[in-house]
Amino acid sequence: MSHTNTASRKRGKLVNLRNFPGFNPAAWFVLFFLYSPLVYVVIYSFNSSRIGAVWESFSVKWYGKVFENTDIQRALKNSLQVGFVATVLSTLLAVMAALGLLRMQRAGKAVAMALIGAPLIIAEIVLAVGTLGLFIAVGVPLGKIGLMVAHTAFCIPFALLPIRARLSQLDMAPFEAASDLGANERQILRRITLPLLAPAIFAGALLAFAISIDDFITSFFVAGPGATTLPVYIFGMIRSTVTPEVNAISTLLLLFSGSVLIGSYLIQRKRR
Amino acid sequence: MTAVTTPPKKQAQRGRPGQSSPKLAYLPIIFLAFAIGIPLLIIVVYSFLEKPSQGTGVKWVFTLENYKALFIQEKLDGTTALDTRYIKVLWTSFYYSVVTTVVTLVLSVPVAMWIATRDAKKRNLLVALVTLPFWISILIRTYGMRQIVADEGPIGKFLGIFNIEWSILYAPPATILGLIYVFLPFMILPIYASAERFDFRLAEAAYDLGAKRMTVVRRIILPSIRPGVISGIALVFIPALGSFLQSDMLGGGKTNMVANVIANNFGQARNWPFGSALAVLLIVLTLLFVLIMQGAAQRRGEKVELV
Amino acid sequence: MNEKYLEIRNITKVFQTPEGGEVRALDDVSLDIASGEFFILLGPSGCGKTTLLRSIAGLEYPDSGEIVLQGERIDDKPPYERPVNTVFQSYALFPHMTVSANIAFGLEMENVDKAQVSARVTEALAQVRLEGYENRMPSQLSGGQQQRVALARALAKKPKVLLLDEPLSALDLKLRRGMQVELKRLQRETGITFVFVTHDQEEAMSMGDRIAVFSEGKIVQLDTPVEVYRRPVNAYVADFIGETNLIKGTVVAGGISLPGGNILPTDQLAADSVIPASGEVTVAIRPEDLVLATNGMISGTVRDVIFTGDSVRVHVAVGDVEVIASLASYGTQIPEQGSKVTLNPEHRAARTVAS
Repeated sequence: MSHTNTASRKRGKLVNLRNFPGFNPAAWFVLFFLYSPLVYVVIYSFNSSRIGAVWESFSVKWYGKVFENTDIQRALKNSLQVGFVATVLSTLLAVMAALGLLRMQRAGKAVAMALIGAPLIIAEIVLAVGTLGLFIAVGVPLGKIGLMVAHTAFCIPFALLPIRARLSQLDMAPFEAASDLGANERQILRRITLPLLAPAIFAGALLAFAISIDDFITSFFVAGPGATTLPVYIFGMIRSTVTPEVNAISTLLLLFSGSVLIGSYLIQRKRR
Repeated sequence: MTAVTTPPKKQAQRGRPGQSSPKLAYLPIIFLAFAIGIPLLIIVVYSFLEKPSQGTGVKWVFTLENYKALFIQEKLDGTTALDTRYIKVLWTSFYYSVVTTVVTLVLSVPVAMWIATRDAKKRNLLVALVTLPFWISILIRTYGMRQIVADEGPIGKFLGIFNIEWSILYAPPATILGLIYVFLPFMILPIYASAERFDFRLAEAAYDLGAKRMTVVRRIILPSIRPGVISGIALVFIPALGSFLQSDMLGGGKTNMVANVIANNFGQARNWPFGSALAVLLIVLTLLFVLIMQGAAQRRGEKVELV
Repeated sequence: MNEKYLEIRNITKVFQTPEGGEVRALDDVSLDIASGEFFILLGPSGCGKTTLLRSIAGLEYPDSGEIVLQGERIDDKPPYERPVNTVFQSYALFPHMTVSANIAFGLEMENVDKAQVSARVTEALAQVRLEGYENRMPSQLSGGQQQRVALARALAKKPKVLLLDEPLSALDLKLRRGMQVELKRLQRETGITFVFVTHDQEEAMSMGDRIAVFSEGKIVQLDTPVEVYRRPVNAYVADFIGETNLIKGTVVAGGISLPGGNILPTDQLAADSVIPASGEVTVAIRPEDLVLATNGMISGTVRDVIFTGDSVRVHVAVGDVEVIASLASYGTQIPEQGSKVTLNPEHRAARTVAS
């Protein structure tokens, strides 16, 4: 039957499209490229040799060194403290900005969007040295407080991304319904808006936390001697000596990022 | 009951249910004006000030010397000559970023298309694999890359078997490779987002109308992933232009990019005004690029999504 | 019945289009709705009926005019202070709340105590026959069930006026018919005043006590379904409500000259028809009011015969216009295509209408 023939002919060509020559090996090459440095770091963190590139034997001694290293513990504590404060504040400010911007008039909105977009577009080094200038000019001591302020600022656009995306997808009808059923603006915010935005707020907070914890450049300039964060400390280690200890810390951080991601994925799935 | 007609209040004064008052955004805006706006302003102001004779910071004297010093060198005998050092730094940054953008684009299109044509379950896993590096510290990723490309690293060892010499670390190729490695996911993801929205029945229809495969790719598929490509170019080129870690850790300080020179002037070189002038130049170049991208997108009625 | 329960006085609402133009969604509209009435706002999309409903709810603020409920002006109040509730076209259920939480929401806003909230939720669920669905999420319900939850949620508030914005438009025909009957029953049992927006004239006629027919922001006719159907004030209403043959003719001595040389005597028209002394008029005849006659007043040629089950529709070419007659499918001689027939208007149901 001619009808069946056309159908199968089309399907045959679609299969062609799925297996475009070269796409398959290109994809596998890219995945290999993305992961081989990470895999290398993990494998060599178990190398007993002091010289990084020479495999000697399996050992967990570098992990022991990491756990004994009080400087690392202090840096980790600083990172977590700054990351926590920056996450909470930037997420809170991002929620406020996302909601307030909805009804803001053109000029105000343009100024707000420029300020929010700046950390995404302008090189971090520029903001970092500018922030350094600001803190010295107004007398903010370099240290954790300054770091928290700076991190909160550049985390806001990242926390805002998922919140704004969700807000723009939300159907306005349930808000009208809530108002119609007697809820004032405050009650709508608490009972409808925030619960509906919750997954996006969670995603935004996670993003903000990741950005803060990973930050190197701003922390490098603004931390000052007392508030060294983990990336700044690792950077110092890499620069001064090549020690397999860095591989061990890196592996632990990979494990941490991975488990945070999987954990958040499980939480979000459970909610559904 | 007879009521006197008075005009009711206007909608604009009330807003729609669920649309909070714009006042809610005031606090974040004020905070961002302080923590983002003022630092940028400070950089612009500093770039027009003199360097103090001792120590760091600025001397509050207006000058254009910092911008002049970007291009002109004053010799000891008082004569001036063209100084190409900083032009070279800018050129290096631009050149590395272009190469990075082109290579990531060439790699990403097939990967994004390939992922988009897998079945749903496999697709989600692959997207997760491409997204995961985003959550891993750039510092660690760059460090991992350094070990891979090191002379005694796996590539060097493998090539050593054939007596081929391998030495790219602390040279331009290593920096570029590091940039490609770090920014590749930023190119794949937006292109994938476009490709995933693509209705493959359109390609089917094109085949049905007698188009050849290359024609389908050129006329149907590539135009449909254009928004993703534009986003990807912006997401790779802009951060690459201002990148610091890759040239520092892989280029070994020999191949300076703008960010490294700015950092140096705020660090050991202790010339904040000159560093600020370079930073202003970097901002101007970045904004110029953003305008060009937006222009390119708007001409086609597309919206560039930055991140 | 208090005739002036809900008063709409001179409401005007103008929307700005994105292109800079203006649309008068409501143009000086006034009407009174009685207590306990099932009132229908009927018209095609964009005629202003939904804008009026949303103005009563407080979701739109009119540019001018007043809305008065039981003698009290409500148009300057926000939606949450008005004793009226809405059943939304899209249902607008809260996706993150269970069925009972959805229904309880409005009561919690009034600070009703917990025991009473749960009693009223149970009562509302019983009213819409959704017992046992308390803990479902909206996404687990069918369209028809979501519709009932939306209804229960509004009813639980015991509103002074229940506003329904095309609530049945998303349901399939069979479900819609069932819900029409149920809504009518609910309205009778609760005694709540219903204001119901629809574009479906059949739905309007089968449910409404009175119908306001809208066109371009104005009410063209406001009457009972029978009156609107039998005495449409103009060609627009005649055409919008049910099906009508609108035939242009010229006034001649003793009758109206129709195309094809047919003359319709004046004494065959409805007694209250307004017939000018001369000039053009439009005659409206419902297809079911036309019968085949051996020597009828309107002669023509049968173009198509369509059997629909309960009736046979005969398309007749009369001069240069087509006239449709709907005949009972039993007990009638069905004409053949191409044959000459004559038709008579029955019951003096034909009438002239303003065009």
